[in-house]
This record gives sequence, structure tokens and C-alpha cells, in this order.
Amino acid sequence: MTTLFYDGTFESLLSVVFEIYERKLTLVKLQKGKWYSTALFENKLNIITNEANTNRVLKGLRQKLSPSGLQQLYIAHLAEIENEEATLIGYIRYVFDSAQNIEEDYGNRYVLRVSEIVRMMRREKHRMEAFIRFQKLKDETFYATIEPDFNVLPLLIKHFRNRYADQKWIIYDTRRNYGVYYDLHDTQYINLDFSTISKAGDIKTTFTEDEGIYQSLWQNYFKSVNIPARKNIKLHVRHIPKRYWRHLTEKI
Amino acid sequence: MNADRITEKLNILADAAKYDVSCASSGSKRKNENKGLGNASNGICHSYTEDGRCVSLLKILLTNHCIYDCAYCVSRKSNDIKRAAFTVQEVVDLTINFYRRNYIEGLFLSSGIFKDADYTMERLVLIAKKLRTEHKFNGYIHLKSIPGASDELMHEAGLYADRLSVNLEIPTEAGLKLLAPDKNRQDMIEPMQYLKNEIVLHQEEKKLFKKAPMFAPAGQSTQVIIGATPETDQQVLQSANYFYRNFNLKRVYYSGYVPVLADNRLPALNTSVPMVRENRLYQADWLMRFYGFKVNEIVNNEQPLLDLDIDPKLSWAIRNLHVFPIDINKADLQLILRIPGIGVQSAQKIVSARSYGHLNWEQLKKLGVAINRAQYFITCKSREFERRDLTGTKIKQFILAQSASKYLKNSHTQFSLF
Ligand code: SF4
Repeated sequence: MTTLFYDGTFESLLSVVFEIYERKLTLVKLQKGKWYSTALFENKLNIITNEANTNRVLKGLRQKLSPSGLQQLYIAHLAEIENEEATLIGYIRYVFDSAQNIEEDYGNRYVLRVSEIVRMMRREKHRMEAFIRFQKLKDETFYATIEPDFNVLPLLIKHFRNRYADQKWIIYDTRRNYGVYYDLHDTQYINLDFSTISKAGDIKTTFTEDEGIYQSLWQNYFKSVNIPARKNIKLHVRHIPKRYWRHLTEKI
Repeated sequence: MNADRITEKLNILADAAKYDVSCASSGSKRKNENKGLGNASNGICHSYTEDGRCVSLLKILLTNHCIYDCAYCVSRKSNDIKRAAFTVQEVVDLTINFYRRNYIEGLFLSSGIFKDADYTMERLVLIAKKLRTEHKFNGYIHLKSIPGASDELMHEAGLYADRLSVNLEIPTEAGLKLLAPDKNRQDMIEPMQYLKNEIVLHQEEKKLFKKAPMFAPAGQSTQVIIGATPETDQQVLQSANYFYRNFNLKRVYYSGYVPVLADNRLPALNTSVPMVRENRLYQADWLMRFYGFKVNEIVNNEQPLLDLDIDPKLSWAIRNLHVFPIDINKADLQLILRIPGIGVQSAQKIVSARSYGHLNWEQLKKLGVAINRAQYFITCKSREFERRDLTGTKIKQFILAQSASKYLKNSHTQFSLF
């Protein structure tokens, strides 16, 4: 068993694959980070991302997978689920070791697992697209915070750019502490420093005056459309799991 | 903005609109190409009510004043309730501000009839027009057409709205006569016919000229109330089938009657909402639209009512045991779709996956097949399969015994299918 250390990016994952084939390794384990030791160990290796190697693997994947197959692999990587590197490596090896395109071979456990992870990611993405609630700041920016189970923010950009092309917005992942800002022209990744905002009152004053009114109108609307004769809380919670409630205007 | 006044209006006019169950915001392809606000193609549910229904659109009445007196409707003339009316601008502002905060996919606007049909329809159209032209709003707009409104107004409505609907309300003409004496079925069918022709015409134009205007790109739908009148499921589904076929409807919605009014023509106030029946009707509707079932395979003269204990697909399978068992590794997609416990997605996955090698129970399970149901109807790459010559009643018993709790849990949702 050889342990390979890499930096967690997709590029570096592909470099890892290159080394595996180059060194003809069979049993490997991946770990994020670096191996700090000057001593040489047969079974521990730091993999440094190498553009040429990454591109060679990428080119190979492009030949053997459809664009959507490659996209799925990327999404599965983005999920950052712990200890799933073996799945990704297993999947890529299966791609290269098979003569035909394998992306729909759900009888294979790696293919099946990747499709499961992709399904989980897509579900979380859809939930975010539905459950994000913006609040309007004084400078006309619409601001939302999220805490998704998986790292889906990069997958959300396209949807929100298309939808809110004429308003500035920020979506901030407070669990992973980074966000996306759209300034009417472009989007960029940002970090916010929350330590300067000390009291809850400070935050309130940064919202526009009618923000509170629209929030309470929405809460009222949500109450009005309920039909008590049909009440079914179990179903309600299945649709909106409780962990999402704290970000939902109508559930606060 | 007078917050209290708007809040009161919203409470009254959202409350009055909530019995219209359609909430879909999908099926349109309106894009945000003018760097405006929004797009309409996703059909997102932004929230769910405590009764588990999708909240996708701001669904309100423009007013609940009405000159008609339909027995099943809370807004009817003779009902003693608070009345309110939004101004055109108020509806526009609410829609835009809710949309910008990602609360909704768009607007579903309906109205009681004040003065006359055209006067009412004109205002609905004006709101849609303002949203589209003044605010560059590309979100979803569903307008309810007022029966009896002029063709010109219907035409204009189609230019701004994504979907238009004319509610049939009662599945048969006789039922309608009894409960809504002011309405006549012809007034509902005529606009549907008009819309169908216009929609087809514009689709043809669109094929020839990319720049041709869109006309109700998400088509038209209708709603029927279930359980207010004594129609059988056969009558309900045949009527739905008739409208799907003849008017190119996108959806028929079935709304279990919620007893809100005391009237001796209607079920008593303490009658419960027929939710299981409503769910079965949606499942049957699904079978007709996506699973290739004909209406008389689901309900017919021998079997005019849907089985409330089990879903209509299982019910069909049990009545047609001679079709089974089906070999999962060989059968056509169309046949696989008819197996209880296998949905559209699983069926497609099975067909893709089996080209790499024959599938066994374990793999079928992973592809999302509900084995506890499907096992009585299929064979696969395994020596183990149901060998006993079970009768339909026995199979039904086995499945019900196994899934009793699950069945109860799911019985209220229209989307837990098979
Ligand atoms: S016309 Fe419409 S709003 Fe008026 S009573 Fe009949 S169903 Fe109700």
C-alpha cells in the first residue's frame, strides 16, 4: 500500500493518476496535505501538481468519456466527501482500463458510487437554488448566507447569474467561509471578515428600510396559503429538512 | 407603501386563492436575454406549506369580489366574508420584490369576476404587460382566464403569460349545472379551443422565424374539483383524457374538495378532504402521460373506481397477471415501465446498464428498484425468483403487509409514485 499526498484540487488528483500509472502502483491510498519527513519511505509520496501530467490525464479522460461524463467526475470531486478518493481513483482507472465508454455501467461499483455522489450534489444544488433567501442591503446588493452539506457554491453561480442579471448579489457559504459576488458584470470569489460586525443591531442597519416589510409579507403569505384541513407535517419536513430552516425567512 | 393595508389584502387574497392547487412553474423556456430580471424554465419549489404542497408562485386573486355564486367557492357572492382588491401596481411591486429575494418563480394571478368578464380580464392582462415591458421581468406568469372574456384579451394574455388556464372545476356538465348555475361549460371550452389553436399556430411560426413572439410557451392547464359532486374516477379520468387529447393540455389538476361552505348540494362540513383519492388520481394521470397506459386500462366499466389501498399500477398488474413475470434483461422499455416498483428513471437505467451485462437482484436494488414490490413480477440473472403460483389477492396482501407503514406515510403526497 502506497500513500499519496496531494493538495485536494482536481488538477492535483489527475497528477496523482499519472504517477499511479507511471510507477505502476496497484494499492494506493490518497491523503490531503503533505508528508513532512526528510527520510525516504518507500510507501509515502508527495505528489506535486504537474501541469503536463495533469493535461495528459485530462486528455485521456476526454477521449474516453463524454463531456457530461467528465463533468460528473468533476462534480463528484467537488463534493469533498471524506475518504471518497478511492472511488474517484477507482473510477478513473476503470475508465482507462476499459475499451468502451463505461459511464453508464452501473453494475460497476465505482460508476454507481460516482453517480450516487453526483445525485447527492445535484440534490443539494437544487435545494440551494430553492432555499436561498436574499436580503436587500442599503447599497442595493442582495445578500444571502448558506451552509450546504456539500461544497456546491461553484455549481450555483450559473443559475443565479442568469436569473439575477440586473441586481448585485452575494452568496456566502458560512461553513466554508467563502462566497461569490456578482457586480452586474462579473462574478468573483470573496472572503468576508465578520469580526468587525459585533452586534446584531449593526447588521440590521445595513438593510434597506423595506426589507423588513417584505420579509413579514412573505411570512404572512406563507401562513395564508396553508390549508389546515390538509396538514401533513411529516411530508413538510421531508421536503424541507430542519437543518435548512435557520436560513429560511418563512421559517424563522 | 402602507404595510398594514397591504398585509391585510395579501392575507385575504392569498387565502382565497389557495384552493387552486396548480403550482407548476415549469415547461416554459423564457430566458433572461435582455439583462432583465429572471427566467422561467426551472420549475423550482421555493418552499413547502405545512400540508406538504409546493410553494413556487405568488398565488393570489386580484380581488375576491365576485358577481357569481358558485357553490364550491369561498368567494361566491352570497358568502359573508371580508372583501379586498389589489391595485395593478401593488401586484407588480409584490411580484418583483418577492422574486428578487428568491422567494418565488413568478406570479399566478386569478380573480373573482367584478363587473364583467372583460373588465376583469383586462386588469389581469395589464399586470402581466407591465411586468414584462416596464420591468423586463422574465419570471413565470400564469394567468387564469376568465370564462367569457373576449378573444382579443385572450390573445394579449397569451403574449405576456407563460401559461393560461381555464378551470373546468366540475368534471361533468351536469355537476357544473348543479353547483355553478351562472356558468356554462361552453364558456369554458371556447377559450380552451381558442388557446389551443393560437398555441399551435405560434409554435409553427416559431419554427419558421426564431424572432416570432412567444405565445403561452408553457401551454394551458385546467383544474377539476374532486368529491364535491358524485362522479366516478372513470368519469374524472375519461374527461381528463378527453381534454389532454383534444385541447393539448399540459396538465390537469385534481383538487380534493375542502368543505368550506354549508350547502345542501355539497358534502357536509365535517367530511374529510379526499386526499388518498386525489393522490390515486394523480398517479393514474401519471400512468397515462408517462407510462403509456390507456385510460381504460386503468378504469373501465368493471372497475370504475381506483383502488384506494394500492396504487393504480400495482392494481393493473394484479388484474393482468398473465403478462408476468417479465425478464428484466430482455423486455422492452415499454414493458419494464409497467412493472410495479420500477419508475421511469430506474427503467431507463436498467436498459442502459444491462447492455454491459445481465443484472441481478443486488444491482436492481442499487438502480432504485423497489424489490419488495417488483419481486412478484420479474425474473433476472439469479436462480431465485418467485416460483409460487400466487393469486392477485395474495400478492396484494403480501405487499400491503410489508409496506403498511410506508404506505401510510406516503399516502398524502402526489409525488410519491410507485
Ligand atoms: S366565478 Fe370564480 S370567484 Fe366567482 S364564485 Fe365562481 S369560482 Fe368563485
